[in-house]
Amino acid sequence: MASKEEILPDLASIVEEVAGVDASEVTPEKSFVDDLDIDSLSMVEIAVQAEDKFGVKIPDDELAKLTTVSDAVDYISSHS
Amino acid sequence: MSAAGQGVVVTGMGATTPLGGDVQSTWDGLLAGASGTRPLSEDYARFELPVDFASQLAVEPSEVLKRVELRRLDRSEQVAIIAARQAWEHADLGDYPSTDGGSPKVDGLRLAVIIGTGIGGATTLLNQDDLLEQQGLRKVAVLTIPMLMPNGPAAHVGLEFGAAAGIHAPVSACASGAEAIAWAWRMLQADEVDVVVAGGAEACIAPITLAGFCQARTMAHDWDDPTQASRPFDAKRNGFVLGEGAGMVVLERAEFAEARGATVHGRLAGIGTSADAYHITAPDPEGTGQSRAIAAALRTAGLDPSDVGHVNCHATSTPVGDVAETVAVRKAIGDHPVLTAPKGSLGHLLGAAGAVEAIATILAVKEGQIPPTANLTDLDGDVELDVVAGEARKVSLDAAINDSFGFGGHNVSLCFAREH
Repeated sequence: MASKEEILPDLASIVEEVAGVDASEVTPEKSFVDDLDIDSLSMVEIAVQAEDKFGVKIPDDELAKLTTVSDAVDYISSHS
Repeated sequence: MSAAGQGVVVTGMGATTPLGGDVQSTWDGLLAGASGTRPLSEDYARFELPVDFASQLAVEPSEVLKRVELRRLDRSEQVAIIAARQAWEHADLGDYPSTDGGSPKVDGLRLAVIIGTGIGGATTLLNQDDLLEQQGLRKVAVLTIPMLMPNGPAAHVGLEFGAAAGIHAPVSACASGAEAIAWAWRMLQADEVDVVVAGGAEACIAPITLAGFCQARTMAHDWDDPTQASRPFDAKRNGFVLGEGAGMVVLERAEFAEARGATVHGRLAGIGTSADAYHITAPDPEGTGQSRAIAAALRTAGLDPSDVGHVNCHATSTPVGDVAETVAVRKAIGDHPVLTAPKGSLGHLLGAAGAVEAIATILAVKEGQIPPTANLTDLDGDVELDVVAGEARKVSLDAAINDSFGFGGHNVSLCFAREH
């Protein structure tokens, strides 16, 4: 299981790659939709890349529940 | 002629082409008779195509766009965005209507975007199909469909600008860019909108498109020097050279442009569209449909054939097409106009050709200069008209016609006139 401290920078770089949001903006309290302006299609891309990177499965119904960056880090941490 | 304050005017232009990354460098290349045709990469060699060159962009989109934009946009959408942003800035329209808290000079509800493409996102379709075949569903890009759809270039530009009055994408092969401009004229004349960003975008250089055009026997082939391959009206021409790029114009109702104090570069005086209804790829050798389009452009412009001093020809460097067009020009206008064929320099930008060449026509009228037809050294004996060759010619012009024709028998003529 990867630690949350290890997951965050890798997730941030995925978000930067997919959505063009600067990685330094991707902090735990941020909402993907409201703060980082990431649309649902980009979320799917982020999920696909995160699955490869962290070796997790993120089904669509679970993905829909990941509102903040910290939600995503927690999910990856507990499922990898 | 329409009175001052009426009609449609050109207030902005943008382009990225095989000759340059903007309008000025493209125009300079045309005036110099330069060629934008370059050898293809080694990757193409294994297909043993009879062509090993294409008119490729002078400035790669990766030098202009952000990384995330390159990732999310098909190349045809990338060139559309690049040219459209240039045109918007050139027109000095302020913030995009989509900008939160911005101060745009046009209401989004009175702004339309009309951008045509001939082929659309073919390279995305090919690449994503490879991924599906080789690596499975999970590797297929989420944005595959918006990247390959032919309305993608129009949709992305319209979304960025906030064109709430309408986003349209005419698809009529190599007439698409010109048809977009014709649609814009109709919307503006009907007072549905104040401003339209209109043009064409194309970026489909790939082994399969080259192979397809080769099999249709329309491509220039067996040229050791790629820069010699595109040679409209020349006796040794044997087909067109595939190109890529985009051209965009900002068109406004003259009254609106005048009220906001816009700089006007010319007038889109009239437009004409018709169909050959003759053959799926070959033009009617009698030029009947094409001449009807030209005549309609003159009629809607309220001009006589004697007012037209110049025709910017569609002439793609194919043996049949170039001559058919001269038949149409003689039928609709007469023997007096001075011709040029910009595809000698640009290659054939397919759905972008009509828009980029419309810009060349606007500049020819504005500056009184007609670019030469690159590589025209031995005029085809069947072309009994005055075609500029060698070097640019200074001519005072009141009005000019820009022709575009497409596979399927689509004919579009645009009539540009000097702003008085």
